[in-house]
Amino acid sequence: MRLALRQRAAAPRDLSIPIQVFSYAILLAGALVMILPFVWMTSTACKPPVELNKVPVTFLPENPVCRQNLASLYDTSPHFNRYLLNSAIVTIGRTLGQLITCSLAAYGFARFKFPGRGVIFALCLALLMVPFQAILIPEYMPIRKLGWLNTFKALIVPGTFSAFALFLLRQAFLQIPTEIEEAAIIDGANPLRVLWHVTLPLSVPALAAFAVITVQAAWNDFLYPLVVSNSPDTRVVTIGVALLQGERRTPYNLLMMGSFLATVPMLVLFLALQRYFIAGIAMGGVKR
Amino acid sequence: MITESRPPTLASRALSWLGPTPLSRRKALWGLALIAPNTLGLFFFFGIPVLMAFSTSLQEWNAIKPPRFIGLDNFERMISDDRFAQALTNTLKLIGLTVPLEVLLALGVAVLLNLPLRGRNVLRTAYFLPVVTSTVAASVVWTSILQPRYGIVSRMLEPVGLGETKWLVEPGLVLIPIAAVAIWQRLGFDMIIFLAGLQSIPAELYEAAVIDGAGRWGRFRHVTLPMLSPTTFLVVVLAIINSFQIFDQVYVMTLRTVPGGVGGSATTLTYYLYRRAFTHSEFGYASAIALVLFALILFVTVFQLTIQRYWVYYEAEEG
Repeated sequence: MRLALRQRAAAPRDLSIPIQVFSYAILLAGALVMILPFVWMTSTACKPPVELNKVPVTFLPENPVCRQNLASLYDTSPHFNRYLLNSAIVTIGRTLGQLITCSLAAYGFARFKFPGRGVIFALCLALLMVPFQAILIPEYMPIRKLGWLNTFKALIVPGTFSAFALFLLRQAFLQIPTEIEEAAIIDGANPLRVLWHVTLPLSVPALAAFAVITVQAAWNDFLYPLVVSNSPDTRVVTIGVALLQGERRTPYNLLMMGSFLATVPMLVLFLALQRYFIAGIAMGGVKR
Repeated sequence: MITESRPPTLASRALSWLGPTPLSRRKALWGLALIAPNTLGLFFFFGIPVLMAFSTSLQEWNAIKPPRFIGLDNFERMISDDRFAQALTNTLKLIGLTVPLEVLLALGVAVLLNLPLRGRNVLRTAYFLPVVTSTVAASVVWTSILQPRYGIVSRMLEPVGLGETKWLVEPGLVLIPIAAVAIWQRLGFDMIIFLAGLQSIPAELYEAAVIDGAGRWGRFRHVTLPMLSPTTFLVVVLAIINSFQIFDQVYVMTLRTVPGGVGGSATTLTYYLYRRAFTHSEFGYASAIALVLFALILFVTVFQLTIQRYWVYYEAEEG
């Protein structure tokens, strides 16, 4: 209620017609640029080969052949479905892993006193400052030594630990009044039960916000899988799309079909859970 | 003197560093157990690599022969490496192309979308869609859009005679489409942070400004901008960090022509270190480049933190 009031006052209602026209003109033009690539991707994905090199360029396909193009995509890249599945496995693995390890750790940091707590937490946060590229090579080395290249272990295990998630979830847990948890503790519940039955249910919005941005980052990850995985069995879809692009003979309609398949899951997820995405961005502002 | 305390048992003496009472010790043990998995994982997969980044940068390491300590040779080599200089220049150019544009556009869009306009939620969604899209897929789509003659941009630019422009081949142009994709994907992200900032500005300030006779521009200039400056600061810092790390776009958009751009014209620092490491197996040299990248990001962030007091307004200081 308060937020609504504020918003109304912050943006006075007395919008004159010229201002409205001006705003809509700019916003719609911008939105068009934002949407255009999606329309182009979808329409090109359905164009028959003869329409690809037509001059003048046609925007929508005259004879849409979506199904045939999908079939040709699987002819060109027989494992494409496997790549989509691999991406799903990696995404779910990383997200569940982070939810488990990081909510345990966040709960530990938020509610328990132990020697070295401040120092350990500060060290974890310091990791946030290191850009991933800086540790790409030293992270690749042990993974190669462990014999993890081209395995799901390499793609998932390091991604189940996160300083960013630790920070966000600790913030969320600190918002919950301790009195609620204390009631459960007096009833004799051990910390794990308190976390599971009291703290986590109360943090669902924060967990959901965190989960969707983690899903998004994991699904779209490229550089790390590019380095640790290069076999069809564990190849993720971003690499699959890049491989199509690298093959110069791949026509654009198939490229767009591949991009479409790689994009749609995240678009659907976003449209369904938009407010959690927004909350996730507003909460932390950083990926990974 | 009568002491009530029983003689400490061996177990409680061994655990005395955890806390003064049995209860506090038990709580401390729980705490340590809870943080253990994530902390150990972070240590092994991120902490140790950070430390190793330093030692590797001082080694010659081609992954076949055992690594050899060579002091600062990698860094010396960097100074005389023209392609490193080019990658650094390209990265800085990309920052110059992306950051001001994306921040200004995002601010403008956020201000307009904060107005009580009908359908603004749909518009917000439209602006945010690129953020959730994979950069790889986005780069592929933009490559198609920018094809000379057969792409939709070429068609639009045909009347001004730019229909045949080879955006991804011309060394002088290639950074523009790469920046365009980065801006396209980043705008919605910045917009959301700006919107959150705009909505946290207290309405009383606007009411007071109206009473003082401020018009729309006056309110924007003297209320919105200063109150929003901490948000703007955050957005600028994150945008610079993000642009320093541009990789996917370069990799994908130059894959069909000359990887890394004709004559290295699209090669960024991240792309260059990736190539050095994983194409040429020069892991030591690539680690040194990675450290320089890290140092640059750190330097720019610290620099921003120091100059922020000249332009960022924090309410608490005045209140």
